[in-house]
Amino acid sequence: MAFWRSKTAPSQPESGETPPAEDQAGQGGMFTKFSSGLQKTRRVLGTDIRDLFKSEGRLVDEEFLDELFARLIRTDMGTGPANKIRDEVAKQYRGRVVQLEEVVATITTEIREQLRQDHGGLAKADSGPTVILVVGVNGSGKTTSIGKLANHLRSGGHSLVLGAGDTFRAAAVEQLTIWAGRIGCEIVTGKSGADPASVAFQCVDKAMETGADYAIIDTAGRLQTQSNLMQELQKIRKVIDKRLPGAPHEVLLVLDATAGQNAISQAKGFSAAAACTGIVLAKLDGSAKGGVVLPIHEQFQLPVKFVGLGEGLDDMAAFDPDSFAEALFQN
Amino acid sequence: MFDSLSEGLQSAFKSLSGKGKLTEGNMRDGLKIVEQSLLESDVSYSVVKEFMAHVSEKALGKRVLLSLRPHEELVRIVHEELIETLGPVDPSLHLKADRPTVLMLCGLQGSGKTTTCGKLTQMLREQQIEPLLVAADLQRPAAIEQLKIIGEQLGVPVHTETDHQDPVKVCQNGVDRARRDGNRVVILDTAGRLAIDEELMAQLKRIDKKVGPDQVYLVVDGMTGQDAVNSAGAFNDALELDGVVMTKLDGDARGGALLSVKQVTGVPIKFIGTGERFDALEPFRPEGMAGRILQMGDMVAAAREAHRIVDESERESLEEKMASGQFSLDDFKNLMQKVAQPGLMGRMMGMMPGMSQFKEALDSEEAGGQMKQIIGAINSMTPAERKNPKLIDAARRTRIAAGAGVQSSSITQLIKQFDTMKPIMQMMSGKGGGDRMAMLRQLQSGAMPGMGGGGAKIKQSTGKRLSPAEREKQRKEREKLKRKMKRKRR
Ligand SMILES: Nc1nc2c(ncn2[C@@H]2O[C@H](COP(=O)(O)OP(=O)(O)OP(=O)(O)O)[C@@H](O)[C@H]2O)c(=O)[nH]1
Ligand SMILES: Nc1nc2c(ncn2[C@@H]2O[C@H](COP(=O)(O)OP(=O)(O)OP(=O)(O)O)[C@@H](O)[C@H]2O)c(=O)[nH]1
Ligand SMILES: [Mg+2]
Ligand SMILES: [Mg+2]
Repeated sequence: MAFWRSKTAPSQPESGETPPAEDQAGQGGMFTKFSSGLQKTRRVLGTDIRDLFKSEGRLVDEEFLDELFARLIRTDMGTGPANKIRDEVAKQYRGRVVQLEEVVATITTEIREQLRQDHGGLAKADSGPTVILVVGVNGSGKTTSIGKLANHLRSGGHSLVLGAGDTFRAAAVEQLTIWAGRIGCEIVTGKSGADPASVAFQCVDKAMETGADYAIIDTAGRLQTQSNLMQELQKIRKVIDKRLPGAPHEVLLVLDATAGQNAISQAKGFSAAAACTGIVLAKLDGSAKGGVVLPIHEQFQLPVKFVGLGEGLDDMAAFDPDSFAEALFQN
Repeated sequence: MFDSLSEGLQSAFKSLSGKGKLTEGNMRDGLKIVEQSLLESDVSYSVVKEFMAHVSEKALGKRVLLSLRPHEELVRIVHEELIETLGPVDPSLHLKADRPTVLMLCGLQGSGKTTTCGKLTQMLREQQIEPLLVAADLQRPAAIEQLKIIGEQLGVPVHTETDHQDPVKVCQNGVDRARRDGNRVVILDTAGRLAIDEELMAQLKRIDKKVGPDQVYLVVDGMTGQDAVNSAGAFNDALELDGVVMTKLDGDARGGALLSVKQVTGVPIKFIGTGERFDALEPFRPEGMAGRILQMGDMVAAAREAHRIVDESERESLEEKMASGQFSLDDFKNLMQKVAQPGLMGRMMGMMPGMSQFKEALDSEEAGGQMKQIIGAINSMTPAERKNPKLIDAARRTRIAAGAGVQSSSITQLIKQFDTMKPIMQMMSGKGGGDRMAMLRQLQSGAMPGMGGGGAKIKQSTGKRLSPAEREKQRKEREKLKRKMKRKRR
């Protein structure tokens, strides 16, 4: 993938069947973005997992393992994965004096292993517009992520139509309209209180009519426990499929990186209702680590596709398991 | 006679079994369970550690009520401590009488500040107060528009300045305007910001300094994870918060971040948001939140009920009697009366894992009738007979039966069953945890020795109806269990 999979050659375009959508993303700058977002975090908080290990090495005992466990928990990965990793380290190193690199490598490898995914980029329709539906709980960052994703695709030379499917929240339509204006792309809106499914339908319709490459549809924030609203998502899906069989091609679940264990329930609920294909992990520029995507990936095989790194047009990057895993334990 | 009551008695035994104090040793497992549960509910690691250290110090040496295992008692203590830590409540907005009260909402992006402005407005409107909303988020696309719409929907004025780039100015102008227009309350809707964004945090401090809000509330997303300590700490350091609002608690988030926020800020939790609509703002209740975070509600409720059912001094004397084999029909009667108090028992049963099926049986009228019969029969005995049922021969039996208005075979049944229970109770009170637990499990699964069969049945029990084959199988199992217990007793 051209998505700077490796740190060493961020701008090295890879040969072969890279989907066109991803070409532009490979332009080095994205990785810089990623690290500079994390840089902010690092500046503010104190220590590093490396403090656990003195340069001469440290005896791996209960105290050591507890400290390690604390570090793991602080990533929001949850007690399940944290216990698992703790046990793994205990099994391998208990009673030994270890070097920092040794243990960090074990953990990072373990996590990278968990995050290994078959594809990092966006799906692309064989013909006609690629339809992307964006879902998630209230305030997670859906609308903003759409703006950033649209900008990313637009600057890759693609044409697109946005669909203002949040007809519920005050000024949600205006918000997406402003994003469309910034990017300079088409937007389909309905009246406040209109049926979101009909907006979605019109958006796909418009994309097909104008021969756009992408249609990205916003939805109102909702909690996964609200079954009527979850059914509404199913209806939106159905209506989209009716207009363009096989669509939506991507259903992106936007998770807030500051979220804790409830994100697992979100992934479960939204996957069941809307058949999510990937995750956008927004607000990763804060001090939260977003480690909850680890159990989510394990339980639902949902890959993280993008990360949100700010509120500006360019503040999004494709997900990279290596740097993500590494950043988990940096401060 | 005991058919449906047997189940109630099982729980009576339960409340009489177990003893001792909380020690470091017997708390270890419980502490571990609670700790993991708190972490799963998103309480920050450092806060969990601190909280648990405090709790275990407090719990150490506390007596474990007979009915409970040490970790159940511990969970109850944790629950109480959680309530205490999350409290006290203070839903007042502390409005000034002589000038506009300025409320400022701040927090991370998307936490629910703007929506909460609307909710507070609705609350104030209900008290005939018209606040002025100030759109101080000049950052997020359409943030001003959002607040404007909310103001329109609620019929309150919104101060907006689209040409300004400085939120400090906007806030100052807004407060001036409220003074002029006579609004009693001003609510500042600030932009969402990261706690580590030094520039934007400095801006917030400037607003705080220049405008001097009376109340500054941090709006926290109920789904927040471990980072809550960091962000809440940073906002509190920058602003000296006066309160916290936690939003989005209408879903299934456990909201453990609230404990983190409370621990680092120490300020009262004012309200919780339970929906997107303007009426979805509730005054904070620590009890509800403690239960939600801990999610060991069944255990806590059962432990609390157990504390109510058996009071301390009574418990000790019963315990002694049981252990020494002095347990009499009188004690038996007292205990039964206690557990069969209307409603209470039923509630407790319903809360015990696996015991809910007994609830119905105990709440039924038949159970009450049978209770009365048993109590009547015991009342018809002389004190000597109650102490030593072995005294009861055929003649006495006839007398007692006549006095209680039951068949004399019922008396035989009652004594036989009491005899069966006595050693069990003795054992439960005497032996250590493991055996007791194994036995309680057996009791709970319905294989109660000596129970069922004959007796002065008035009606069919409301309990499960068994086929003859099942009955026979159950009888055999009970016999086996009885033999096993007898062996253990020696
Ligand atoms: N720092 C930072 N802020 C973000 C990021 N993504 C979104 N935000 C901010 O988070 C807030 C909520 O974002 P929205 O895009 O409106 O969220 P939403 O999911 O559409 O919200 P609803 O439609 O109300 O459910 C806004 O203030 C955004 O600017 C990000 O990656 N980093
Ligand atoms: N389910 C639920 N949704 C809520 C609650 N409070 C707010 N929301 C929703 O959360 C989303 C974000 O709310 P906002 O009020 O825009 O959040 P904000 O903090 O002002 O966001 P920024 O200004 O972008 O930082 C919206 O979709 C709200 O409708 C709540 O208690 N429950
Ligand atoms: Mg939105
Ligand atoms: Mg806002």
